[in-house]
Amino acid sequence: MSEPLLRVRDLRVQFKLARGTLRAVDGASFEVGRGEALGLVGESGSGKTVALRALVGLLPRSARIAGGSIEFDGVDVLTLDEDRRRALRGRSIAMVFQEPMTALNPVMRVGEQIGESPLVRLGMGRRQARARALELMSLVGIPDAKRRADAYPHELSGGLRQRVMIAIALSAEPKLLLCDEPTTALDVTIQDQILKLLLSLQEELGVSLVFVSHDLAVIAQACKNVAVMYAGGVVETGTVDAVFREPRHPYTLGLLRSVPDVDGVRGRLSSIPGTPPDLAALPTGCPFHPRCPFVVDKCTSGEFPLRALAGNRATACIRDDACAEDARREPVVANA
Amino acid sequence: MPETLLEVRGLAMHFVLRGGMGLWLHRGKREVLRAVDGVDLELAKGETLGLVGESGCGKSTLARCIVGLYEPTAGEVRYEGRVVDARRARSDRRRIQMVFQDPYSSLNPRMTVRQVLSELLRAHRMVPKELLEDRCRELVGLVGLGPRALDAHPRQFSGGQRQRVSIARALALEPDILVADEPVSALDVSVQATVLNLLADLRAELGLTVLLVAHNMAVVRHVCDRVAVMYLGRIVETAPTEKLFTDARHPYTQGLLRAVPKLVPGRASTAAAVVGDPPSPIRLPTGCRFHTRCPIAQQPRCSDEDPVLLPGPGPEHVAACHFAWTARPPAHVPEVEVEAREAG
Repeated sequence: MSEPLLRVRDLRVQFKLARGTLRAVDGASFEVGRGEALGLVGESGSGKTVALRALVGLLPRSARIAGGSIEFDGVDVLTLDEDRRRALRGRSIAMVFQEPMTALNPVMRVGEQIGESPLVRLGMGRRQARARALELMSLVGIPDAKRRADAYPHELSGGLRQRVMIAIALSAEPKLLLCDEPTTALDVTIQDQILKLLLSLQEELGVSLVFVSHDLAVIAQACKNVAVMYAGGVVETGTVDAVFREPRHPYTLGLLRSVPDVDGVRGRLSSIPGTPPDLAALPTGCPFHPRCPFVVDKCTSGEFPLRALAGNRATACIRDDACAEDARREPVVANA
Repeated sequence: MPETLLEVRGLAMHFVLRGGMGLWLHRGKREVLRAVDGVDLELAKGETLGLVGESGCGKSTLARCIVGLYEPTAGEVRYEGRVVDARRARSDRRRIQMVFQDPYSSLNPRMTVRQVLSELLRAHRMVPKELLEDRCRELVGLVGLGPRALDAHPRQFSGGQRQRVSIARALALEPDILVADEPVSALDVSVQATVLNLLADLRAELGLTVLLVAHNMAVVRHVCDRVAVMYLGRIVETAPTEKLFTDARHPYTQGLLRAVPKLVPGRASTAAAVVGDPPSPIRLPTGCRFHTRCPIAQQPRCSDEDPVLLPGPGPEHVAACHFAWTARPPAHVPEVEVEAREAG
């Protein structure tokens, strides 16, 4: 197997608060292979967005990277100076945000916004940049690109705006596309269109994806691999197929069981008891142990790093056999 | 046939966007947004009806008309056979209560839960003064919160707990009908499940009739007896839940169901389930409102003739498509002219 494009190891991001240190990302590790899509899934406060922003150095000032390493294409990103990191962010790594309306410049025509990167970073001339913008617009499926290029963001629908944002992200031909809940603000038919667009682009251009979402079904459709986050750490990784069919972390299992499936039948949904922990006062031991149905004494103290398992997957749980057995007894995903 | 508790007849809610000063500013170009445009609906006693559709289809506006938050432009809402309009009597108002989507903005941040509940109980003279405290405790208990919650302000609660408070507030007036407008879409998945289960329990315990407005098809499948699908201000299909999910007849419903991402890993087809964007409710398409995105639209019939809701073999399944119950024309990819959204 070739070297992964992105390798994050034991990443720690902290925020200083009056009442203590908030550990937003607390020892997260994951990898993204070349041309592959990784889904980063978790509930609000699990650290998935902060982790993603740390990759490109878009953290707020109050945040501090307290440890770990981020290796992109063989280079340790965290040791780079700001200029080099900015070059990386513009060219090799690009980001698609959740809210296209707030991420786009409201007073600039969308064609110019798409052509800006080719103009500034790739050193194209104006005419060439405009042609490139039109090309990108048809690539992302914007009909009547010539006319749309002169539109302002507010004149476009939510789906078209998100397509514009994807065109901007692709404009400097990145190797890695970071998508932060790119379809959450969209309606289901538009979400379906954008997901399919991202998948076809990934195939066509060979770009790698990191896809942050709280929606397990979206991850199931969009990604080959998944990393499940809880309380700032990655608790389970593997292929979506293996992890969703036979979760080996009780949090993954609980999450999958609490999602109503559109193919499921009517009935009671199970839920995870309790609430996610306060990130400024994490419980000792495994952060999930106060809510875990498989908890044993050993879970309440010590460290719980990801442990490699057979089949290229990993879990942070020491009771993973019990969890998998439970999942086998009552499958979460029908064997289709 | 169970007794019909609520009936909506020919309901329309139009918003005038450029009236008054705006009309003058835009040189007399009057614009009307037809949020709800002719809806008939019945709610049977004790049932849970799901109202689904995408943003802008008018589902929330319809819900608000039913509760009496909007005075509809046309049509009427009948409760137990009597017409109730927006300015309804206090005794009618308490019968239909609403739970809003966002538990962060729908609770007064400066009032404790006790203040919120007792204000309502007093205004509607629900219980004698000496029983007020008992009733408050009972209400928070009903939604699974402890009596300590009564002294807390909304900011001290998590999203799921706030939604429980909103539900307690709606239940304080002992309503017959609970209208829940996207009650779980602002919540995390694991919390969503607990709130949905709570709604199911309350419904069984109190014999509530529920209108659940939602965009999440999976949620609807899990909790509803019957589902109505809305598109651009109209209901396009209504059926018992299982029927709708296994034998949808309207091409929009079919597309909507295909568009829902499945939990089963693996990629389905690469073709989009429904192409294009929904047209603007300010400039509605002629004929069938879905014809601009429909894979089986036939010209000129579909762009000329407005289909009505027609029942199939059973009266409980209705669909507003010319080809719902006949041989379907072959599917084609509609030529989409994605219209730029109107400025402002």
